[in-house]
Amino acid sequence: MENLGALALLLAFCFAIYALLGSVIGKLTNRPFLIQSAQRAVYTVWALVTVGAAVLVYSIMHGDYRLAYVWETSNKTMPIQYKFAAWWGGQAGSLLFWSWLLATYSAVVTFQNRRKFREMMPYVIGVLMSIQTFFLILNTFVASPFRLLVAGKGVVDLGDGQGLNPLLQYWTMVIHPPMLYLGYVGFSVPFAFAMGSLITKQPGEEWIKTTRRWTLVTWLFQSCGIVLGSAWAYAVLGWGGYWAWDPVENASLLPWITGTAFLHSVMMQEKKGMMKVWNMVLVSSTFLLCIFGTFLTRSGIVQSVHAFASSPIGPWFSSFLALATACTVFLIMSRLDFLKSESELQSVLSRESSFMFNNLVLLASCFSILWGTLFPVITEYTMGEKISVDKPFFDRVNIPIALFLLLLTGIGPLIAWRKSSFDSLKRAFRWPTILGVATAVILIAFGMRHIYALVSFALCAFVMTTIAIEFWKGSSAISAKSGQNLISAMIELTHRNTRRYGGYLVHVGIVIMFIGFTGAAFNQAKTVELAQGESTQLGAYNIKVIGYEEGEQADQYRWDRVIIDLSKNGEHLSIEKPERRFFIASQTPTTDVALRRRLNEDVYINFAGTGAGTNVVMQTYIFPLVSWIWIGFLVVLFGTLVCLVPDKKKLVFPRMEVVGTEVGGYVKPAKV
Amino acid sequence: MSKNLKFGLLAAIILGTLGWLAAGGVEQTATYYKEISELQKMGDTSFDKRLRVGGDIKAHSIVRKGSDVHFTLIQNDLTLNVVYSGSEPLPDTFKDGSQAVADGKLAADGTFHATKVQAKCASKYEAKPTGVVTRG
Repeated sequence: MENLGALALLLAFCFAIYALLGSVIGKLTNRPFLIQSAQRAVYTVWALVTVGAAVLVYSIMHGDYRLAYVWETSNKTMPIQYKFAAWWGGQAGSLLFWSWLLATYSAVVTFQNRRKFREMMPYVIGVLMSIQTFFLILNTFVASPFRLLVAGKGVVDLGDGQGLNPLLQYWTMVIHPPMLYLGYVGFSVPFAFAMGSLITKQPGEEWIKTTRRWTLVTWLFQSCGIVLGSAWAYAVLGWGGYWAWDPVENASLLPWITGTAFLHSVMMQEKKGMMKVWNMVLVSSTFLLCIFGTFLTRSGIVQSVHAFASSPIGPWFSSFLALATACTVFLIMSRLDFLKSESELQSVLSRESSFMFNNLVLLASCFSILWGTLFPVITEYTMGEKISVDKPFFDRVNIPIALFLLLLTGIGPLIAWRKSSFDSLKRAFRWPTILGVATAVILIAFGMRHIYALVSFALCAFVMTTIAIEFWKGSSAISAKSGQNLISAMIELTHRNTRRYGGYLVHVGIVIMFIGFTGAAFNQAKTVELAQGESTQLGAYNIKVIGYEEGEQADQYRWDRVIIDLSKNGEHLSIEKPERRFFIASQTPTTDVALRRRLNEDVYINFAGTGAGTNVVMQTYIFPLVSWIWIGFLVVLFGTLVCLVPDKKKLVFPRMEVVGTEVGGYVKPAKV
Repeated sequence: MSKNLKFGLLAAIILGTLGWLAAGGVEQTATYYKEISELQKMGDTSFDKRLRVGGDIKAHSIVRKGSDVHFTLIQNDLTLNVVYSGSEPLPDTFKDGSQAVADGKLAADGTFHATKVQAKCASKYEAKPTGVVTRG
């Protein structure tokens, strides 16, 4: 079996090179048949990588523990969904997964555009296939998932495997990596189109229009991946946080930030023909940061809690990265003439300028995170001493940036293009400002003194009001004209310009998430050692130890847990059972925290261990407003999906056709 | 004043503020990576710096005292006694024989007061598989 898989990957590698060369040479020498056959080679690459991946999944499912990868990431007792997740649970498998996704995307892109963009497509395929070739080199020659652990005559089986890291055996961990990968790999496509348009010196914004939806979908996948990762860290890791500024987390955030900047600044190019070079830079850096992130997490260059063993793939990645960066920089520099801006900034008080500031601070944030993550590497080269920076550094820089972005979220959409007058601004922002200030005043009156939290809540109120006014204005105009009620007018409004109003919905979601983030300013934590029957007070909650249990779960793990009576202001709330597990196959302990989620605050209890006698040691926390983050994200998700819905075309009928042909409330739209 | 100048000034103010915040952040949290052997050579200068020390956790050295955790790190036969008193729970991978990294300050009595501990499983994949079944 493993020979079949390895062979399929090797063939895929050959076909990818063929597709790359065939496509580019076919275009240069003007041979349509060569281009055509290169396109077919793209489909073949997909089929072959699929075979390779299927063989790997089959081996995992059937427990072929002779394969090193299968032995490392799965075992007999693992439930089937985690066996499947083992495909991307280790280094070699996740690289194969990456390859497979890229092959799939390439095949889809090639199919969709098989009759379009005759000029550009061969190069788009060329770029995609160069990336594919790189990953297939890794899959075949450097980190093959089909390496045998024990080879020898007559070896047919190897007892049992190690099992997937128990920490990863959690539902969000089954979907988190695929989501992130879908996002990261997806950015190869806009990047390929951007490069294709540069190489062929396309005049217009064709590449942006073609890839707009693609970019949005990949951005959504990335966001899902990041949020699922933090939801997992919060519920599973037992330290109660959802973000620790760990290098691996930072690596996933960097391309997301540049991707977000790109989504905003393409509007400048589409509407005003500005920032063309900038967009090229953004889309390229997003792609390069995706590669860089993979390099960072797998090369062992910085210390991280994410235990990917250091491996020989580091130099491969850095070479590829250097090569890709050099090519991109060269292409952009040599095509600067084609990227001239069509108009220029007219006023600091304009939407253009708000977009620019949005991009400026997003990039500043990206740079500070990159700087902080690489600080040990930088200082080792410059000062001969490894120095790292920590959470407070990232917080200090990024909290003000985040608040400034929140402010822009409110201002940007309401400010006019080109030039705004102070008078119109005063009118537009009167109510949002009043409500924002009122929120701050009320919170101060209730005794809140945390300055960032006050600013954040005030800004949340400000932004929410601006968005509410936008929806109100638009939908009341429609309802006055058509007599619909406000709700259906609002749906109608959104449907007419899904991109704009969907975007507002995304902003609403972001605001809700900010409310959740701000809750962290009021976290409470306490570590206690308690005897049976003793209790401790945390905020308004009383935590009382009423028992202790031990047991074993069907050959998988041993567990012990504390039984806790949780009450608030003397009123019994629930019985909580924080648990520790010890996985037998991998000899790894994990914790299963007790988590009582509520809209206002979560109570979070982690069973740390046993103390003297029958005493138990626990970390107890109150995390206000955390649930708002997850709810806010659902709104972001919904908003992004709305953006993807095509606009409702205004149907124009001659008046006499509308009257009288209406049957059952349905007007058959004539093609116009 | 031209609008480009205005825009540039605003951008400079924003970036300047951020740069200032960043510099402060670096000063506040800079942590120096040191080997246990280097710690002993540093002398008095080691007491006021935030340090990061790595090593293997000595077997049976982990003791909980109230909310503190005491343990010993070994690196090339040199040992360092560590007291952890951070608020975050220790990671699941923190156990005898793991590689651990402790952030904190060295006290005058030679014990290391850690506020943050990270641990990695002693590379479990290097373990030799057992139970090879052969045909015949």
